[in-house]
Amino acid sequence: MKFLEGSLKREMFKFFVFAAAVFTAPVFFRGGYIVNVLVFVGVYTILSVALNLLLGLAGQISLGQAAFFGLGAYISGVLTAAYGVNPWLAMAIAVIVVGMISFVLGFPILRLRGHYLAMATLGMGIIVYIVFNETIDITGGPSGLSGIPNLSIFGIIFNSDIKNYYLVWFFTSVTILLSVNLSASRVGRALRAIHDSEVAARILGVNVRLLKVQIFTISGIFSALAGSLYAHTVQFISPTSFGFNVSIELLTMVIIGGLGSIYGSFLGAAILTLLPELFRTFQDYDIIVYGIVLIVMTMFMPGGLVRGIPFLARALFSKVKHGLSSERRV
Amino acid sequence: MDLFEQLFQYTLSGLSTGAIYSLIGLGFAIIYNSTSIINFAQGEFVMLGGMLTLFFHVSLGLALPFSIVLAIVAATAVGALFEHLAINPLKDAEPIILVIITIGGSILIRGVAMLLWGKDTHALPMFSGNEPIIFMGAAMMPQNLWIFGITLIIITANRVFFHHSISGKAMRACSFNRIASRLVGINVNRMVLFSFGISSAIGAAAGIIIAPLTMTSYDIGIMLGLKGFCAAIIGGMSVGMGTVAGGLIVGILESLGAGLISSGYKDAIAFIILLVILFIRPQGLFGRGEAERV
Amino acid sequence: MLKTIIKSICIFCFILIFAGNSWSQEPIKIGALFAVTGPPSFLGEPERNTANMVVDQINKAGGIKGRKLKLVCYDTQGDATKAVQAANRLIKEDGVTAIIGPSTTGETMAVIPVVENAGIPLISCAAGIKITEPVKKWVFKTAQNDSLAVGRIYDHLKRRNINNVAILTVSDGFGASGREQLKLHAKDYGITIVSDEIYGPNDTDMTAQLVKIRGSKAQAIICWGTNPGPAKVARNARQLGLKLPLYMSHGVSSKKFIELAGDAAEGIILPSGRVIVANSLPKSDQQKKSLLAYVNDYRNHFKADGGHFGGHAWDAVMLLKGAIERGNGLPASIRNELENTRNFKGIGGIFNFSPQDHAGLTEDAFVLVTIKNKEWVLIK
Repeated sequence: MKFLEGSLKREMFKFFVFAAAVFTAPVFFRGGYIVNVLVFVGVYTILSVALNLLLGLAGQISLGQAAFFGLGAYISGVLTAAYGVNPWLAMAIAVIVVGMISFVLGFPILRLRGHYLAMATLGMGIIVYIVFNETIDITGGPSGLSGIPNLSIFGIIFNSDIKNYYLVWFFTSVTILLSVNLSASRVGRALRAIHDSEVAARILGVNVRLLKVQIFTISGIFSALAGSLYAHTVQFISPTSFGFNVSIELLTMVIIGGLGSIYGSFLGAAILTLLPELFRTFQDYDIIVYGIVLIVMTMFMPGGLVRGIPFLARALFSKVKHGLSSERRV
Repeated sequence: MDLFEQLFQYTLSGLSTGAIYSLIGLGFAIIYNSTSIINFAQGEFVMLGGMLTLFFHVSLGLALPFSIVLAIVAATAVGALFEHLAINPLKDAEPIILVIITIGGSILIRGVAMLLWGKDTHALPMFSGNEPIIFMGAAMMPQNLWIFGITLIIITANRVFFHHSISGKAMRACSFNRIASRLVGINVNRMVLFSFGISSAIGAAAGIIIAPLTMTSYDIGIMLGLKGFCAAIIGGMSVGMGTVAGGLIVGILESLGAGLISSGYKDAIAFIILLVILFIRPQGLFGRGEAERV
Repeated sequence: MLKTIIKSICIFCFILIFAGNSWSQEPIKIGALFAVTGPPSFLGEPERNTANMVVDQINKAGGIKGRKLKLVCYDTQGDATKAVQAANRLIKEDGVTAIIGPSTTGETMAVIPVVENAGIPLISCAAGIKITEPVKKWVFKTAQNDSLAVGRIYDHLKRRNINNVAILTVSDGFGASGREQLKLHAKDYGITIVSDEIYGPNDTDMTAQLVKIRGSKAQAIICWGTNPGPAKVARNARQLGLKLPLYMSHGVSSKKFIELAGDAAEGIILPSGRVIVANSLPKSDQQKKSLLAYVNDYRNHFKADGGHFGGHAWDAVMLLKGAIERGNGLPASIRNELENTRNFKGIGGIFNFSPQDHAGLTEDAFVLVTIKNKEWVLIK
């Protein structure tokens, strides 16, 4: 599997193009309802990138990312709605607390590998979800928590779709920037080595255990950030937004975009968030689509759309050109 | 009603659900033993058992015993199809890929069930009567007896198959060493197919015998599957008594926890047990350690 | 000559276009949030069906002041977050002037801040008393308050000389609200709650709670929730051999409950709107005629029973119709006219709104029914 390669300069150029597109997009949409949807795309992009760092880069399966998303959202939400804490402070607390939790949990969890790791993270996710549902006095339980205030800075209150768009995408862009840098750095290479073979990496001097926990923590921190942003933009949260199904959606987003491709994660998040809005009548079928997508893409397009489409195009083109079976990619 | 009676009641219902978890856990263990894959879709076969029986019995009007048999056959077919189309082509891929494929499979099966039969909850008729049996102050339904009985039969059949029949031993051989098995003439692909088929059948049977008690709907597979996995983990992925014991332990602890501590956290109990076992003793209470080639 | 002919043709076309426009004027857009699928589908499906049916009937009769009524309905699947997102979409993208629904208390509470902010009137079909108490400017409801249901049940228990009850409530908005009301009014009827158990909306087994209740001094059990939980409670109680009288809330006033609970439904008592026993009402009942009309209408359209919950949607749409007719059709005017609605004979009861009362019903909006041979029977 190939990951982001190329010089840092090229990555920065790619990033600036992306950031420019993000910054100017609302002008094209003239502030319609779609801006509201794009806010969600921003939040899910952060989550999907966070999962990709863990899954695509370091090769560690996590089916419980929604737990960190939810913890970030509830800590922010409860602190601001019930205790009147300043939203920025609450966000900082949420991010730090979740960071600590994921650091501590990381050590025992990441000793596991493959299926066992998947199950453990799944179990962790479900336990957190149950806690959200049962601690009714704190979280409001299944009926959710409302009255979460908007964020505000220098007197500007982020209470409209457009303002939330820029707020969220600022953080999304920062997340992407950091992730791209991480991926292209020494740490990124070490993580890729771990993905290929933990033993080999250890022999080469990589502190495998610590590094795995660190990337798990970073992933958790980004997810908590997304949770906090979500809470303050929607102003209402309930446990269903942080359940097992969401973890699966995130997994699908990463697979669609391509394991290891940061911009692919954005693509995956965008597709899976926009499509249900466009095809409202088919809302119920999304679960089938996810299943099919997961199976088909994993079997035939392991590089995701970002790699898969050019590859597919090339394959078709060469088939047409030579009329013989094309080279099989491993 | 004193504490002893309450405890007895909890234990009894715990044994009942525990038996179901054991069966589901067996399903996991069988597939794992022949392929080293964890089939995330195992829970969905449990769901299919109940839903298919409902379909055959209520929508098509067939007699209950016939519906049950048909449902098990249909679920087995689905399992075999899944293995053939999605698992077999990727048998040498890394674990992540297989995990994702089986997750995708579970979602797909669930989604199709939802499309075909809707999201409603449905009740399956009891096998034999609706009146509870009072036994030492605790109440039990005849259905519970069915559950114990059928579980016992399946477990025994399993043991006989895997330890005393050629096919069973061949399947176990595949789990020890694929290439060596092939060298001695075992058709590994067919063994894998069989193991998926048997797992699906057992899972479906489990789903059918519990459905009259707990009602069934398109999404019961997730939780049941996970708890069955707990059972298998505790049992060290054994196809025998280890997993059975694991299932009973999970069932009883869950029931006692719900009754004595808090019923809201009932589901969490099974997963806490899972995490504890995975952290402290991943080979389960009854398994031996695993060595891995690097 | 030619010039005149062309001019007249132009004027003629002009007139035609305007005349056509007076009918093809902008339709009045109403939003609907119903849980058509998901666990509360037994609420949302009849509600959505009824709403569509009534809107069709209104349009066939010429619309409201010559304008057609358009219903934009989104399925929330009973999920509060989806309800909030759908509400946003209705207001920002579809530009509706009023919203009916949601089907459940939890969803309604989540949507209230959205409509209050946007200044769009909401007529909820959910029962929680919190929805309209304290009164919110833009929020109304057509389902009877759960406090009224509690009163009915307690009254019946008092008449049977039962003082010790166990309550088993679901942990969602509806159940939590019911639990509050049950605890609040117990003393007024001389009732002591000796056991207070809770179950979750997705729980599959309530045996543990029932075992605890069995061990307490309770002489009757009141279960407060919406399908499928209470059906499981009924079955579990039977399986445990519990012989205590079992009362349910109006949340299960639907044939689906009887279907799910099977034999365990026999003898269960619950409060409900009159519509499910429309046939057995005395001739003197003011609502009997319109109730029977609705029952037959719904059966003709959908070959099933609209029932208690479909009635909430009927009331909501008709209340809106009245408000739009009396005002200018804009959100603020609709809100004002709703508040001024008096003596509206709906399916759920006879509504009297006021600035202090956005729920509009009294205790006799409920009757008590019991289940015999899988049918509803009125308790007199």
